[in-house]
Amino acid sequence: MEILVLFSPLVGALFCGFGWRLLGENLACWIATALLFLSAVLSWILFLKFDGNTQNITIFRWIESGTLSTNWAIRFDRLTAIMFIVITTVSSLVHLYSFGYMAHDENFEEAESYKPRFFAYLSFFTFTMLALVSANNLVQMFFGWEGVGVASYLLIGFYFKKPSANAAAIKAFVVNRVGDFGFLLGIFGLYLLVDSINLNDIFQAIPDIANTKLTFLWREWNAANLIAILLFIGAMGKSAQLFLHVWLPDAMEGPTPVSALIHAATMVTAGVFLVCRMSPLLEYAPLAKNLIVFVGASTAFFAATVGLVQNDIKRVIAYSTCSQLGYMFVAAGLGAYSVAMFHLLTHAFFKAMLFLGAGSVIHAMHHEQDMRFYGGLRKKIPYTFWAMMIGTLAITGVGIPLTHFGFAGFISKDAIIESAFGAGSNFSFWILIIAACFTSFYSWRLMFMTFFGKSRSNPETYSHARESPITMLIPLGVLALGATFSGMLFLGPFFGDHQKVNKFFGITGSEIHATLPNSTNHIPQSEVITHNSPSDPTHSTVEKESLKDISGTHDRSALGEGGLFFRNDNHVIEDAHHVPTWVKLSPFIAMVLGFSLAWVFYIRDPKLPRRLSVQQKYIYRFLLNKWYFDELYDFVFVRGIKALGRLLWVRGDGNIIDGTINGIALGLIPLFTRLASKVQSGFIFHYAFGMIIGILVLISWFAIGGSSS
Amino acid sequence: MENLLTIMIFLPLIAGLILMVFLRGDDAAAQNNAKWLALIATLATFLTSIFLYAGFDPANTGFQFVEDRDWLLGFSYKMGVDGISVLFVLLTTFLMPLVIASCWEVKHRVKEYMIALLFLETLMLGVFCALDLVLFYLFFEAGLIPMFLIIGIWGGANRIYASFKFFLYTLLGSVLMLVAIIAMYVDSGTTDIPTLFSHEFNATPLKVLGINVLGGLQTLMWLAFFASFAVKMPMWPFHTWLPDAHVQAPTAGSVVLAAILLKMGGYGFLRFSLPMFPVASELLGPFVLWMSVIAIIYTSLVALVQTDMKKLIAYSSVAHMGFVTMGIFTANQQGIDGAIFQMISHGFISGALFLCVGVIYDRMHTREISAYGGLVNRMPGYALVFMLFTMANVGLPGTSGFVGEFLTIIGVFKVNTWIAFSATSGVVLSAAYALWLYRRVVMGDLIKESLRTITDMNLRERVIFTPLVVMTILLGVYPALILDVIGPSVGLLVENYEESISVYSHSILSFSKH
Repeated sequence: MEILVLFSPLVGALFCGFGWRLLGENLACWIATALLFLSAVLSWILFLKFDGNTQNITIFRWIESGTLSTNWAIRFDRLTAIMFIVITTVSSLVHLYSFGYMAHDENFEEAESYKPRFFAYLSFFTFTMLALVSANNLVQMFFGWEGVGVASYLLIGFYFKKPSANAAAIKAFVVNRVGDFGFLLGIFGLYLLVDSINLNDIFQAIPDIANTKLTFLWREWNAANLIAILLFIGAMGKSAQLFLHVWLPDAMEGPTPVSALIHAATMVTAGVFLVCRMSPLLEYAPLAKNLIVFVGASTAFFAATVGLVQNDIKRVIAYSTCSQLGYMFVAAGLGAYSVAMFHLLTHAFFKAMLFLGAGSVIHAMHHEQDMRFYGGLRKKIPYTFWAMMIGTLAITGVGIPLTHFGFAGFISKDAIIESAFGAGSNFSFWILIIAACFTSFYSWRLMFMTFFGKSRSNPETYSHARESPITMLIPLGVLALGATFSGMLFLGPFFGDHQKVNKFFGITGSEIHATLPNSTNHIPQSEVITHNSPSDPTHSTVEKESLKDISGTHDRSALGEGGLFFRNDNHVIEDAHHVPTWVKLSPFIAMVLGFSLAWVFYIRDPKLPRRLSVQQKYIYRFLLNKWYFDELYDFVFVRGIKALGRLLWVRGDGNIIDGTINGIALGLIPLFTRLASKVQSGFIFHYAFGMIIGILVLISWFAIGGSSS
Repeated sequence: MENLLTIMIFLPLIAGLILMVFLRGDDAAAQNNAKWLALIATLATFLTSIFLYAGFDPANTGFQFVEDRDWLLGFSYKMGVDGISVLFVLLTTFLMPLVIASCWEVKHRVKEYMIALLFLETLMLGVFCALDLVLFYLFFEAGLIPMFLIIGIWGGANRIYASFKFFLYTLLGSVLMLVAIIAMYVDSGTTDIPTLFSHEFNATPLKVLGINVLGGLQTLMWLAFFASFAVKMPMWPFHTWLPDAHVQAPTAGSVVLAAILLKMGGYGFLRFSLPMFPVASELLGPFVLWMSVIAIIYTSLVALVQTDMKKLIAYSSVAHMGFVTMGIFTANQQGIDGAIFQMISHGFISGALFLCVGVIYDRMHTREISAYGGLVNRMPGYALVFMLFTMANVGLPGTSGFVGEFLTIIGVFKVNTWIAFSATSGVVLSAAYALWLYRRVVMGDLIKESLRTITDMNLRERVIFTPLVVMTILLGVYPALILDVIGPSVGLLVENYEESISVYSHSILSFSKH
């Protein structure tokens, strides 16, 4: 069944990409969509029936060389199951949505058929993404990793006639490759240390890795930290974290369904997935964890500030995605992996919905994306409005404080903020609170500018604005359900007490192995152990000792068994439940503050933003130009590298190498050239003759050389 | 089956001779006959090589299908293949029919063109099968001649300069190799390659011109062979002949050059340098690794600023060959497996990329990147094929390009992390230049007036690309097809190498104790 889930999108892609001439455009696209729905249904069945035991399914052999041995194989555990439902659900809805969105496209001429290509790319993307999350070894994960990169490249550049789209596509691929550079080095390092790149073997060896020093470049490193950092660099590229984020806003050049699927719900979360997947490693890499928290928090803050002033509706949401990914990394870096996955899940729903809603707005407004030309659309496109409203309520985190009732973002984002405080990371806690305030501001700004006030578009466009077709509204409705309820529904397993979390993720739970002393010790709270441990008092003492045992052999039995791994001294989630009330309230206050500001700026006094932007023009420009990252990179890397290339070519190859060699042969070449032009005039017989002479000369040369010795 | 190798190697030569002697005239019918005969001959060669593959036993690490006869001047004619060489033979026979088919539209001196290609195939096969130094040297050198003619006669405007540059570079390297071969004969009394494997060349330090040479005789011989193979590969900084040769060569010439001829250098390292001069390889290995990594970065950067499509791909070839030399001189299983894989895979990919250039060159008669743009509008099939090979060139997992790069870097990571780090950065650069090329040629709107009537690939071109597409993906998904064949032989090579090294370092240790 797992294999079916994995391969049916590929089959769909092939059908659609190569078979559409035979099947007809529509049929081909429907086949691809139907196969994805099949995949989605099967994923949900797998998810609901999953018992927590990790399964490994080998398909066939892949790279084998010496001690290196990898297969194409599926590792199906809770983490994979979660990603399966996220990917297939969003993807199938996006497929459906695309029937409406891609029906007519002014980027193509009448006769051009672009739809099957689009659907084929979407399905292909889904296949590679599934391959990424179901990999049981790192190389296969890298296959999926690069595969989604290519699919993203193809889809960003889907409007191949637009130079900006082509540039964005290359940028996305190359910047991702910078991240891959780290990922690959991480894989190489792990192979060197473990002599295998299968996840199981790696997980088992992690306590040893943590005690190993590895010489890399100029110094010795703690192997676990080094590898975790290298892998995280890969994650930074894919998940558009600070310094490697520059591709994500540009990626909005792709059609909007693509942004919803790839650049909001799935591909960009691959980095978070990678970090969670490597949770056994991270648990032994404190330095790397700190770095992840720092980068995640910085990104959450940076992207939120830029999001405040952007005018393109899709770019606002893109920066918002970037910022939310930062939240997830903070959670993962703190050790609250399940919380990171929780936010990943809820975010997939509400962010996909925001993008699809934005697509619906863009569709209604004839592909106008600038919010300054929107306004007053609430009445024109009511369903879209309500969908966007739910999305906004979810992302800003609306709910009833101090209870578990609220939209998805309320539950999962607050969980991250509480974890940050619980883990004692004040830096990330305050940054995330500020970012939450900004999130609320820009999200409501988007709502107010788009749906409220008076229309600022030309009257004709406004009067032609129509609600989108049913194929686009159904996905919005389904995602709205997800954005509303997924938080409340999944609170227990992701952020409940550790027993629930352990059971859900298939981490060897205390109740299952209560009689085995060495398998209970990863449970964070000592009080729990006394509750659940067997009556034999000697066992308890063993366990309590092993709680302090950092590189302990006891941890090993749990390593890599479930979807996640928590070391026995990791109490983040438990501590997050016991934070002071003001901490629990603070994200809510930040949200209300952001909302009020947005209301003042865009409803009560719509002239205020302009005044402020003039008054504070340096800050405004700094934010509007995204902290000048693009300009800096263009100057340093793009121009720098091209100049270096030119220098090497002209000076290096031309002057130095050829110059030297031609200098030696200076007299020879003109002579040969003259000779050759004479020989040229002859018939092939001359050449053949020359060839034979040449061979004879060589033979005799050798024969003389040989006999003279 | 006894003469299988000989039959396979000389089949193209015989076809070439038949053309030479019996085919008269230069009218359309004669041209057609020449092309068909060449195609049939290369296909027959390929079929023969299938028997070779079928009969080959990977578990046997020795030479198979060995033929040994007396030959003139007391030398022997000895042929055979092992796990390292058999795939190069197959690569050659596989590609030659495609090469012949790719020059179907050539109108200039067709008969002679076919003869040159057929002779070339025989000589290339001979290189990979020869088990005698003299024989190897003959094939290795003689291969230059038809290639020289192909560039010089059917090449572009500046072909004479390019062909002589090619010839001189490679010849200068070969002269040194010849000296080394003579010295080897003097030292060991034999030219039989399998026997030479077990001969230990002296590695005690020597004084030459007042310089103390570590590794002694081995180092000197190694350097002589290196001169020849490094030019052939080509390694930085001996690579400048390649871009010129590619630019001027006709499409078929470029394909053969990139896909097969370059591999002779890598094959030479594996056949001679590593097993016969292990001590010298160990001493000079780090130097080669650094040169390789410079090649990867340097030529990738240069590729980025090229304006000529063929030049760009030629520089990219040099970068990919950097991975090969790097893999070979890691002297471990993954590195060498990766190097061989990379060579085979590069044969398909670079061959296909040069064919891709050929397709539009045939239509527009220019290789300037700026003359194109927006081809996807009129050539969707071409855009797809070109995309696939661009991605394979970039080393995308799932295509054959990935496996080789991955294995070579994993191999070198064990040896030196600086080199692994630098080589991995090639991953970023290759993406940049390859995708940028693709964008400028294929993407965008079709604005240029001259391209308005350009047509997509015809049936012949599709048939040529199909096997290449299949191989690129098949090897990427199921690399065991190659790794299973080369694994045992490479394992033996590495084992022997390590043994020699340990003996040597032992002797150094005992030497220093005294």
